[in-house]
Amino acid sequence: MTALSSVSFKTPQLVARIIRSVIGIIVVVWAAMRIYNVLFVNQAYGLDTWVRFGITGLIIGGMYALIAIGYTLVYGILGMINFAHGEVMMIGTFGGYFVLEALAAIPAPTLANPDLNFLNAQPLLSILLAFLAGTLAASLMGYLLEKIAYRPLRNAPRLAPLISAIGASIFLQNAVQLLFSPQLRDYTNPDALARGTGWSIEIAGSQVLVTYTGVLSFVLSILLMVGLYVLVQKTRIGRAMRAVAQDKKTAALMGVDVDAVISQTFIISGALAGAAGVMWGIHNGLVYYFLGFIPGIKAFTAAVLGGIGNIPGAMLGGLVLGLVESIGPAALGIDFQLKDVIAFLILVLVLIFRPSGLLGAASVEEKL
Amino acid sequence: MMLEITDLKVSYGAIQALRGIDLTLNEGEIVALIGGNGAGKSTTLQTISGLLKPVSGSIRFLGDEIIGVAPQEIVARGIIHVPEGRRIFSSLTVEENLEMGAYLQRDKIAKQRTLEEAYVRFPRLKERRKQAGGTLSGGEQQMLAIARAIMAQPKLLLLDEPSMGLSPVLVEQIFDIIESINDQGTSILLVEQNAQMALSIANRGYVLETGGIVLSGEAESLLHDPMVIEAYLGG
Ligand SMILES: Nc1ncnc2c1ncn2[C@@H]1O[C@H](COP(=O)(O)OP(=O)(O)O)[C@@H](O)[C@H]1O
Ligand SMILES: [Mg+2]
Repeated sequence: MTALSSVSFKTPQLVARIIRSVIGIIVVVWAAMRIYNVLFVNQAYGLDTWVRFGITGLIIGGMYALIAIGYTLVYGILGMINFAHGEVMMIGTFGGYFVLEALAAIPAPTLANPDLNFLNAQPLLSILLAFLAGTLAASLMGYLLEKIAYRPLRNAPRLAPLISAIGASIFLQNAVQLLFSPQLRDYTNPDALARGTGWSIEIAGSQVLVTYTGVLSFVLSILLMVGLYVLVQKTRIGRAMRAVAQDKKTAALMGVDVDAVISQTFIISGALAGAAGVMWGIHNGLVYYFLGFIPGIKAFTAAVLGGIGNIPGAMLGGLVLGLVESIGPAALGIDFQLKDVIAFLILVLVLIFRPSGLLGAASVEEKL
Repeated sequence: MMLEITDLKVSYGAIQALRGIDLTLNEGEIVALIGGNGAGKSTTLQTISGLLKPVSGSIRFLGDEIIGVAPQEIVARGIIHVPEGRRIFSSLTVEENLEMGAYLQRDKIAKQRTLEEAYVRFPRLKERRKQAGGTLSGGEQQMLAIARAIMAQPKLLLLDEPSMGLSPVLVEQIFDIIESINDQGTSILLVEQNAQMALSIANRGYVLETGGIVLSGEAESLLHDPMVIEAYLGG
């Protein structure tokens, strides 16, 4: 009887492991052959092109990382995936957009240039205001989201807040569509930060453009990540967040207002996503109600890739995903349209082969 | 009177865990609450510290009703609960655990001073202050749990089975520490299955069985009570 039950228990695991290994070997061999082919047989791209892909990857990866941190913080503290997080980012993009539009409408004429507006008279201040607005709007969104959609379900079965999150996501997309029309709009950058302008560097005899918006985004992403790390590791709020993530009841016994810490977590997650949203706007240039969906799912992938619940993991996962999806299609010699497919393939592969991600996931069991 | 519990009833859904208990604690006392597994001891402490909402009854602390008061506010008023199983924040360092204990102390200098005092009392913790809490041994974790509670400078300390899982030598040590904390003016409600040890340091005691107080009195007389000896002292 025991022998029988142990056999019937183990067989499916064994089959699963064999299937996993076979898939793994096929994927790795296929990818290696394609990469070998591109790099050494076809030699389709010069070094300059690879550098271009790499730069794009880091810029977009920085944004993924900022958004991914939000998934990971919320997962760490509530054990749930905030599927409306992409919409929080989208709200941030809109926040920045409206401020830039408003500033562009304020005349600031000079003798030399009577048509000058505030946006171009004070480009840095304007961008700063746009980031502030996007960050504030998204933090507020995150705060409200938790309060309205998740808090009432705090003690409900785990599926309930997930469904609520998907509902909130759809609601926000539609609300923004109704309020601001479904049209695609151009993000208004100051002329000094026009998209497609930047520094030109020479690599392998070719000019590689490093855009101002890209550098601004990347540098800001890194600064925000360092800031977040310091906040979580070195401050009273951060310590309380880590304590609540680990054990809510005991944190409460220390005098921590657990609900307040959960709110703060959503505010911080929202702020980072909002900053990423404004970067997305000034760098990629389009704003519309659905724009948060793809980066949201990509950043979720990045968070899983790094190890959900693990903050450095989310940062690393974001940068790695950005790089892989910008270099990947060229390296594999496949259509560039397939870059989104690469991201989702990575998600599936990570979930199959290493569910705990690159740096290890936080275990939810410990928290509940 | 420091703590006055009257007719306290607590349920988990349909399960009634406390069926109307009365308990008092005077300032400066150690009161032992003893009883077997599942008697309702932890439930009592969790209700005092605000983690559980009772069905009915009253809990007065220094004259004020504290039922319905949020746990963090109860901490602020001076009741600190060391939960069963120690509940160290395993990924936080020893020092961060201690700082969590003084979470509501905003005065940095005062906090530093309590930290130094805790390290004088628990030199072992000072040696390990940069280590993750989860890497400590069971005895060290219990020390840390008590030290963390002391960081809040409590008026009333609720201890849930501090001897659980510890060797007799460590139990002795822990009880010495509990006595010394009491000597310095902290009142203590001590929940234990180890009735012998608990009653030996307590002023008074209560015996809890399946959600009701069945016996109470001076600790000394409980130690010689035939029923207590039979049920809890292995006599
Ligand atoms: N979270 C819970 N859900 C349901 N029943 C519980 C829960 N916690 C405790 N109980 C029940 O309440 C009663 C008292 O438990 P507890 O206070 O933990 O006892 P003790 O600490 O004296 O061992 C027990 O019957 C126990 O099974
Ligand atoms: Mg108990």
